[in-house]
Amino acid sequence: MSYTRRSKDELARRVAQDIHDGAYVNLGIGQPTLVANHIPEGREVILHSENGILGMGPAPAAGSEDYDLINAGKQPVTLLPGGAYFHHADSFAMMRGGHLDICVLGAFQVSATGDLANWSTGEAGSIPAVGGAMDLAIGAKQTWVMMDLLTKQGQSKVVQTCSYPLTGIGCVKRIYSDLATLECTPDGLRLIDAVDGLGHAELERLLGLPVQAPAC
Amino acid sequence: MIDKIAPSVSAALAGLQDGATVLIGGFGTAGIPTELINGLIEQGARELTVVNNNAGNGDSGLAALLKTGRVRKIICSFPRQADSHVFDGLYRSGQIELELVPQGNLAERLRAAGAGIGAFFTPTGYGTELAKNPDGSPKETRVINGRPYVLEYPIHGDVALIKAERGDRWGNLTYRKAARNFGPVMATAAKRTIATVHEIVELGALDPEAIVTPGIHVSQVVRIERVATQAGGFKQAA
Repeated sequence: MSYTRRSKDELARRVAQDIHDGAYVNLGIGQPTLVANHIPEGREVILHSENGILGMGPAPAAGSEDYDLINAGKQPVTLLPGGAYFHHADSFAMMRGGHLDICVLGAFQVSATGDLANWSTGEAGSIPAVGGAMDLAIGAKQTWVMMDLLTKQGQSKVVQTCSYPLTGIGCVKRIYSDLATLECTPDGLRLIDAVDGLGHAELERLLGLPVQAPAC
Repeated sequence: MIDKIAPSVSAALAGLQDGATVLIGGFGTAGIPTELINGLIEQGARELTVVNNNAGNGDSGLAALLKTGRVRKIICSFPRQADSHVFDGLYRSGQIELELVPQGNLAERLRAAGAGIGAFFTPTGYGTELAKNPDGSPKETRVINGRPYVLEYPIHGDVALIKAERGDRWGNLTYRKAARNFGPVMATAAKRTIATVHEIVELGALDPEAIVTPGIHVSQVVRIERVATQAGGFKQAA
């Protein structure tokens, strides 16, 4: 059977579907920021930005940018009514203290038990940079990863053991990907859903890992 | 009478010693004390350790300071940027030491310094490359209530250079939007804190309920013009 990958917007919509009303959420730099555009009508979700914002709103209209009001990716944003500013130590205490409900991050690799590698490829001579990645990975009540399931070369980014330097251990709860949504558990992967036409055996073949059937 | 208002950036920075640890506020385009960084370049102190979230962008501000060769070591969370070529060159040629710290650990280590905490256990970084000392030995760890933590030590500054919005002669400060970032916590972590503001007001004019940094943490306040550059924080209508 043939199947079609979720587009970036479809994937963002799939993630947004699982964000509950009233959730405090941090969306990582890059693809996860798209999720903000797909929060279902009627759900009120409060976005956190690591540089000290709760109640972050969308990008301002061209010409109204204020460079004192930027997101973690250093892009101009806005503040919604009810939003608040706070300093960096408070912002990261919010994360580390488990006050955020959900954090959505990109990843290079995720292990079946939820180890995350998303800050460094460990390439010799490269300049390291970590930012808030390690704090985000271990801080939120739930850390979700949003990524393509396979590399451009067709290798699974979900692995038995990460070969890239780790960001955190056992911290990823769910993987939202272009082909399937998976749960990481201490016993390995469990299927939540897959795109139409992608069978269980084919998914396991792509991953090279066993996947438990969805929980009933 | 207490009067923390300094007449100029150069007056505020006078006496800064070689070998000082300098905490510099700012994140992205917001809250960078550009005038104080430029003043530091003019002042000429050498062998500095700089603490900032990043390691300079383009050729101005912190990047220009690095370019003078007077920074021995930088402690930061995110040195690599599209335009961090000055740092990249120094790092690759071994002319600057880097201590890479997860951003929340950086903020908390500064907070600990300001709050008199000797060291603290944090879950961030456990089991990663950043739970190692510069010599490669593992940092001390402990399992507390079933969860593993890494022991991290405070970062004390000799001087903090920060950008605020409004201030008074007692050194009370308010900030503007996300330009607050590292300012309040760095102000507590240094022996001496110099803050730029865009407006100096009379005592009592700042709402006591809204003062973010009480003057006890501030040594000097310098008024600067609001400049229409991205790095200065506020982009005025053209």
